[in-house]
Amino acid sequence: MKTAVIQFPGSNCDTDALEAAKLLLDGDAQFVWHTETELPEGTELVFIPGGFSYGDHLRSGAIAARSPIMKAVGAHAEAGGYVLGVCNGFQVLTEAGLLPGALSRNRDLHFHCAPVHLVVENADTAFSRAYDKGQVIEIPIAHGEGNYYADAETIGRLETEGRVVFRYKDNPNGSLNDIAGIVNEGGNVLGMMPHPERAVELLLGSEDGRGVFESLKAK
Amino acid sequence: MTQPTQHLRDQAATFGLSTEEFDILVERIGREPNALEAAIVGAMWSEHCGYKNSRPLFKAFPTEGPQVLQGPGENAGVIDIGGGYGVAFKMESHNHPSAVEPVQGAATGVGGILRDIFAMGARPFAVLDSLRFGDPESPRTRFLLNGVVDGISHYGNAIGVPTVGGETIFHPSYQENPLVNVMALGLLRHEDLATGTMGEVGNQIIYVGSKTGRDGLGGAVFSSADLSAASQADRPAVQVGDPFMEKLLLEATLEAIQAGLVAGVQDMGAAGLVSSTCEMAYRAGLGISMNLNDVPTRETGMVPMELCLSESQERMILVPVPGKEQELYDLLAKWELDVVNIGQVEDHQNYRLVWDGEVVCDLPVDLLNEAPKYTREGVENPDIIAKREMDLSGVEMPADLGAVLTTLLSHPTIASKKPIFERYDHQVMTNTVVVPGAADAAVMRVRGTQIGVAATSDCNPRFVYLDPYTGAAAAVAEAARNLACVGATPLAITDNLNFGNPHDLGVYYQLQQSVQGIADACRALNTPVTGGNVSLYNQYVEGDQKVAIHPTPTIGMVGVLPDVTRHVGQHIPAGPHSLYLLGELGQGIGASQYLGTVHGLEAGQVPALDLELHRKVIDGTLALIREGLAAAAHDTAEGGLGVAVAEMLLGGTQGAGITLDAPAETRADALLFGETHSSVLVAVPLGRETAAEARLSELGVPCRLLGTVSEESGERLTFALPQHSLNFSVSTAALKQAHSQPLRDILA
Repeated sequence: MKTAVIQFPGSNCDTDALEAAKLLLDGDAQFVWHTETELPEGTELVFIPGGFSYGDHLRSGAIAARSPIMKAVGAHAEAGGYVLGVCNGFQVLTEAGLLPGALSRNRDLHFHCAPVHLVVENADTAFSRAYDKGQVIEIPIAHGEGNYYADAETIGRLETEGRVVFRYKDNPNGSLNDIAGIVNEGGNVLGMMPHPERAVELLLGSEDGRGVFESLKAK
Repeated sequence: MTQPTQHLRDQAATFGLSTEEFDILVERIGREPNALEAAIVGAMWSEHCGYKNSRPLFKAFPTEGPQVLQGPGENAGVIDIGGGYGVAFKMESHNHPSAVEPVQGAATGVGGILRDIFAMGARPFAVLDSLRFGDPESPRTRFLLNGVVDGISHYGNAIGVPTVGGETIFHPSYQENPLVNVMALGLLRHEDLATGTMGEVGNQIIYVGSKTGRDGLGGAVFSSADLSAASQADRPAVQVGDPFMEKLLLEATLEAIQAGLVAGVQDMGAAGLVSSTCEMAYRAGLGISMNLNDVPTRETGMVPMELCLSESQERMILVPVPGKEQELYDLLAKWELDVVNIGQVEDHQNYRLVWDGEVVCDLPVDLLNEAPKYTREGVENPDIIAKREMDLSGVEMPADLGAVLTTLLSHPTIASKKPIFERYDHQVMTNTVVVPGAADAAVMRVRGTQIGVAATSDCNPRFVYLDPYTGAAAAVAEAARNLACVGATPLAITDNLNFGNPHDLGVYYQLQQSVQGIADACRALNTPVTGGNVSLYNQYVEGDQKVAIHPTPTIGMVGVLPDVTRHVGQHIPAGPHSLYLLGELGQGIGASQYLGTVHGLEAGQVPALDLELHRKVIDGTLALIREGLAAAAHDTAEGGLGVAVAEMLLGGTQGAGITLDAPAETRADALLFGETHSSVLVAVPLGRETAAEARLSELGVPCRLLGTVSEESGERLTFALPQHSLNFSVSTAALKQAHSQPLRDILA
C-alpha cells in the first residue's frame, strides 16, 4: 500500500511511522515534506505522524493544519483515500476539520507515556477490521494533550454512527466517553491518540498495533 | 594607562579571575587587556570551560582502547559498537541553573547535551537523567523535583528523543544544591563522525540557529562559584530553551554532516560564542577573525561583551567544506534557520574580534585554551574520618526485619520512579527494548541490526563521602554491574564530577581520591574514560557556614549487546525459578542506606571493592544471560540483598522462599541489608540449575543458591536465617504498596 508520511518541522514520530508502514504495508512508504503541494502519484494512505509540529505553538496541530501539503491531504480524503493521524497527527486532523472535536490538555495537566488498554468498539472500519469487536489491545500513549472534546451533538453522532473505533479501558486523560480514536463519516480518515506504530514488534513489548496496518492492507 | 589597568585588576573577580590570574594574563600577553578581553579570559579560564582545578588530575584516567573511536577533548566521546556503528555519549551537569530555576535549568540541560551529541554527527537516541535532591518532605525539594521533571519532560518529549533511564536520589546534602546531570547517547555510522575544528585557513565560520539575547549571560562564571541566597539575583544567568528550534537545528546539522558539507561543527554551550569558536580554533591550531556586528541579535543595543558571553540556547557554529558554502546555506534554509557568515579562519594564532570596524579582542588562541592549572594537596576532613572509623557494633538489631524491608522499599531513593518516567516519552524513535524501571539499565536496539546498546548512570554519594577512593571506584563497578544485568558488555564511561569548592582542601581531597578511584576501576574493568564534565562549587553559603554537597562523581556507562534479543530484565517472569547470588554476601552495615534510614547514622566503612571478583561476577552474569540460563538479573545496591530480592518480585505476584545460611557471627541485618559491590542476583529457570552452576564454576564465579521463586510461595517473600534462628515474611502486595506510592505523593 503506497504510503506518504507527512513531515512537518517538529514531527518526531515520522521515522517510526515510516518504518511501521514499510514493515507492514509492503515497503512502499516515503516522506513528504510539508511545503509540497501534491502527494506522490498513486498515494493510497496518508500517515500524519506524532510529534510537536511547529513546537505546538498557537495550539497543537494548528499551524501544521494550514501548511501547503494539507490541501492535498484534504483532497485525498475527499476522494475517499485513507488518512491515518496518530497523536499529533490526530490533533492536526481535528485542526484541519477532517475530523470533528478537539484535543485539549490532559485532565491532570501532565504528559503521560504508558501502555494503555483499548477496547475495539467498531471492528468494521478500514482501520480495525483485523481486530474483533470488544477485543482489548495494549498500545502505548505519549501525549500531554489527548483529552478529546466535542459538543454533545457531535459526541452523540459519533456514538450512534459507530465512529468511535477505540475507547480507553481506563481513561488516562479525561477524554469524553473515553474516546481514544474516531473515524470521519466516510470511514476513511482515522485519528487516534495511542501509537499503533509503537506496538508492531514483540522486541519492543507489544504487537497489538499491527492490526491497524493489517486492516488497511486487507482492504 | 596605569590608572585604568589598576582599576581592571581590582575588578578581576567580576570577570571570574583572581588578581593572580589577572597578572598571569598581563604577563603572557605583554600588555594590559581591555575589559572585553579580561571577561573572555575569565570565561575561558572558569572551571566550567578551563578545568583549572580538575584537569591536572585527569592524567590518571585510562582513555584508550580498541573500542574508543573518539576519546576526551571533543564535544563527546565515541565508541565502536560493531556493524560499522558508533555511539557518541556524554554527561553534563546543569546544577546551578536548576537550583534557581528548575524548569528551564533542567530543560536547557537536556538541550545542551543533545547538541554535544549531534555536533559529533550522531543522532541522539537516548537520554538518562541523574537527579539528586534534598529532603523529600520539604517544600523546596517538591518545588525543585516537580520543576526539573517538567523541564526534562517539556524539552525531551518535544524534541523526540526518548528519556530511557537515570536515577533519582534523595539526600540532605543536596537540599540547597540539587544535582541535574543529563547523559545523552547518539548513534552514527563511523564515516559520519564529525569534529569541532575550524579546519583550514580561508574557511568560513557560520552561525546558525537562534538569535543571541541577553539570557544566560555569564553562565560559565555563575556555575563556577558558590551558590547563596544572592544567587536568585542571577536568574538572568539561566537560559531559556526552545526544543522546537533545537529539533530544526538537529535535523539540519545531521543532514549537512551526512551530505559532506561540514568541515567542523560545535554547539555554543557554556560561555557561548567565545568558547565554541576558541576551542575550534585551538583544535585546528589556527587563528580566526569574527565580526561581532554580524551576530544575529534578538534585542537591540547589545554590546560585544554580551554577544560574546551570552548563553542563548540552540545555536551552533558550522564550518563549511570549502566550495560547498552555497549548498550548506540552501540546506539550512530548508529548515528555516538563521544563517550568517560571521568570520573566517586566518593564517595566524590569534583570536580576533571586530566591532564597528575596530579590533576589540586580540588574544592568542593558546592562551585562551590553556587555563592556569592548580594542584593542591588535599586533606581529608577529620570529621569524616571519625565517621568512617565509628564502631557500629552497638547498633541495635531491629525487632521487626519485615518492617525494615518495607521501610527501605518506600524510601524515595529506592521506591519506584515510575511516576517520574511516565512523564517522559521513553518510546519515541521505537528502539526502546527495556522501558525504564524494568531492568538495571536501559536497552535500545540498533534498527536493522542484531545489536543492542545499554546505558546506565550511577553513583552512591554515601560511599563517596565516607571513602572517596572506594566510593568512586564503586560507582564505576555498579555501572558495569548494571550493564551486565541486562546482558551488555561494558565498553566505556563518561563522568560528571560534582563536588564542592575545590579551594577547600577537604573537598579537593575528595576530588583527588575520586579521580584515582575511577581511574583504577576503569582500568580493571576495561572501560576507558571518553569524556566528562566537571561541576565544582556545589556548595551553599549560609551565613558563615559553607554546606558542600556529598561528593558525587556520577558515572555514565555504555555497553553493547551483540544480540539484543538476549537481554533480561530485573523482574522474575511467571513460573518457577531458582534464585542465585553471584559474588559476595553482605558482611557489614557500614555506609548503608539501611544504617541511614533506620538508625539515622551515616558512618562506618565502605565495603571493600575487589575488582578481580567484580570482573568474574560480570562475566558470570553475562554468560548466564547469553546462554539462556537466566530469566532475570538484578544487582544489589541500596538496601542490600533484601531489597534486591523484593524488587525482583515486583513484576508479578509470585513469592519467594529465601534461606541465608550464614554464620551467626555476621549480623542478620548485615546479611539482609548490608551493601556490597560485587553481588548479582540471577533467576535461573527451574531445571537449568545444573547447567548454570557448571557454567559459573567453569568461570570461577562464587555463587550460592538462595531459594526458589514460585507460586507455591503463596505470594509472600519469606527469609529464613537458620544460624540466626530468624524467620520472617512479607506479602508481595505489601512490598508493591511500599514501593509504588512514595514518589506519587511527592510529585504534584
